Amino acid sequence: MNMRIVEHPILGKLEKKKKIKLWVNGRQLEAYENEPIAAALANTGLKVFHRTQELNEPRGIFCAIGRCTDCVMIVDGQPNVRTCVTPAKNGMRIQTQKGLGKWSVKK
Amino acid sequence: MTKKSRSIPGEVSLKDLENCPGYPAEERLEQGPVAVIECIEKIPCNPCETACPSGAIIVGKPIINLPRLVEDKCKGCGLCIAPCPGLAIFVVDKTYSENKATVAFPYEYLPLPEKGQVVKGLNRKGEAICDAEVIKVMNIPKNKKTAVVTVAIPKVYSNQVRNIEPAGG
Amino acid sequence: MSGAELVIVGAGPAGLTAALESAKSGVEVVLIDENERPGGQLFKQIHKFFGSEEHQAGRRGYEIGYELLDKCKEAGVKIMLNTTVWGIFNKNTLGLVTQNKTKILQAKNIILATGASENPLAFPGWTLPGVMGAGAAQTMINIHRVLPGRRILMVGSGNVGLIVTYQLLQAGAKVVAVLEAMPKVGGYQVHASKIRRAGVPILTSCTVVEAKGADSVDEAIICSLDSQGKNIKHTEKKLKIDLICLAVGLSPLAELCWMAGCKFKYLSALGGHIPVHDEYMQTSIDGLYVAGDLAGVEEASTAMEEGRLAGVAVAHSLGYITKQEMEERKKVIWDSLQFLRTGPFGEMRQKAKNELIKKWSK
Repeated sequence: MNMRIVEHPILGKLEKKKKIKLWVNGRQLEAYENEPIAAALANTGLKVFHRTQELNEPRGIFCAIGRCTDCVMIVDGQPNVRTCVTPAKNGMRIQTQKGLGKWSVKK
Repeated sequence: MTKKSRSIPGEVSLKDLENCPGYPAEERLEQGPVAVIECIEKIPCNPCETACPSGAIIVGKPIINLPRLVEDKCKGCGLCIAPCPGLAIFVVDKTYSENKATVAFPYEYLPLPEKGQVVKGLNRKGEAICDAEVIKVMNIPKNKKTAVVTVAIPKVYSNQVRNIEPAGG
Repeated sequence: MSGAELVIVGAGPAGLTAALESAKSGVEVVLIDENERPGGQLFKQIHKFFGSEEHQAGRRGYEIGYELLDKCKEAGVKIMLNTTVWGIFNKNTLGLVTQNKTKILQAKNIILATGASENPLAFPGWTLPGVMGAGAAQTMINIHRVLPGRRILMVGSGNVGLIVTYQLLQAGAKVVAVLEAMPKVGGYQVHASKIRRAGVPILTSCTVVEAKGADSVDEAIICSLDSQGKNIKHTEKKLKIDLICLAVGLSPLAELCWMAGCKFKYLSALGGHIPVHDEYMQTSIDGLYVAGDLAGVEEASTAMEEGRLAGVAVAHSLGYITKQEMEERKKVIWDSLQFLRTGPFGEMRQKAKNELIKKWSK
């Protein structure tokens, strides 16, 4: 699926930007470098970003500006990353988060 | 014109319009191209006044005044269409031909229609009411991405057609 | 008091004009924003603003954003991006986090211009993916250039609901309906007319009762409301949609004001609990100012004027301009604000602002 708005009557044609690859739950997806991870995922039609701890309910983008935490996912082992305000970098590994996630990043 | 007098939410009734100072009288409409300003609610705004080179639109002070059309000064040049932030100004020419009138309106969608295309003319409710032949499409830098499209339609619909179905459906 | 001369929290329209106005008088300004780029909501506004020429009428929001940014850079304003202010202490000390490091910043004067956030609307299924704020959808389409859905239900017919509907159409989506719980459209007639003539129905006295779907929304149940605002039985309708946008108002992001101990007043016309301020935007705490949607949800144009007002007040407080100059500049700005707050929409806000200021003016 591709939800990208390539041509826009006011904003014009989408600029050519550098494409990168992300790993999302084991699958490789394309993104533009530095766009919010959530935007790259939404572009592919992905809706479920994490699931709640107790009832396993799906959660997706809600505020899109980093306030509500509905879009948090595990990024490169770090949970609770607000994907709507975190820029995508080449090779990032992203997973659907369950509940509050577990910290697996070694300091 | 207060909110209470609006007949159907979001729709401007012809009665509301014909009573507003920006709407030309039928006599003037019969004479040739003229601006039709469908602005019936007081908000502080006056780019239309500054856009008109003929002094045919008066807002004055305070600028919440509804724009008033000075019919005999209006040449129907259409320079007021694109600057209106509310996209509420049109130019109607009932003298285009014996059976047809033209309506020029602001259009900010893609794809832009092309001259010669026949599309559907939509009324204020978005209903397709007639065929509309695209006569002119203007999208100049001065108008800052607000294109102005002119269509020819059966004259009887000249007070209704205010939009077209996207070219390509 | 030691510390930076002026720290401004929030680089949206109010923060940017506050920075410019004070910097042009010689004040050393630090402008902070938690986002990676300043401009606040301006960059999402792709429609033309109303007003008069001096109020940027006819210009699209994002153009104004770029211009203010450039001017701030020219004026030598220090801009700290990706920086969140998480606390305010002793009325003059800010806790920041930037690049994963915590910093403490003291300031002689602080202007809070943190804006407002969208209100939620709770109904069964509202937590499903595919239900988001109208502003969220606007961010997705205008900033990130991604459509979050193809068949959309808009809840709320205030200016945000109407404008975002129009922008969703421009982005290539279909908006199947705009719902409005009140019996009449909330926003400007011209915005409503634009979307009506594109075929979008506006259903008044109507609300959403449920969002259905397995892992994301694929259906909405709507129903009619009686004159008391209660659901009318047997009027439910199903709509096949993949996105529900909530445009049910904004509330000031006033956490820092609460922390600082500012006095508040509840005014629904301005969006809820508003920090009380005087005619120079100073709160109940000396040296602490507010501007923009934080000081009452209005528009970008009023936000910019309020930012200027706070900037002028701080410039005087630091001794960079005389009292006379401050009063002269204040008058120009106040005239502008009064002019923006006219007409049936503006009057309510003017009245509410007067109440706010009356309560606090010295």
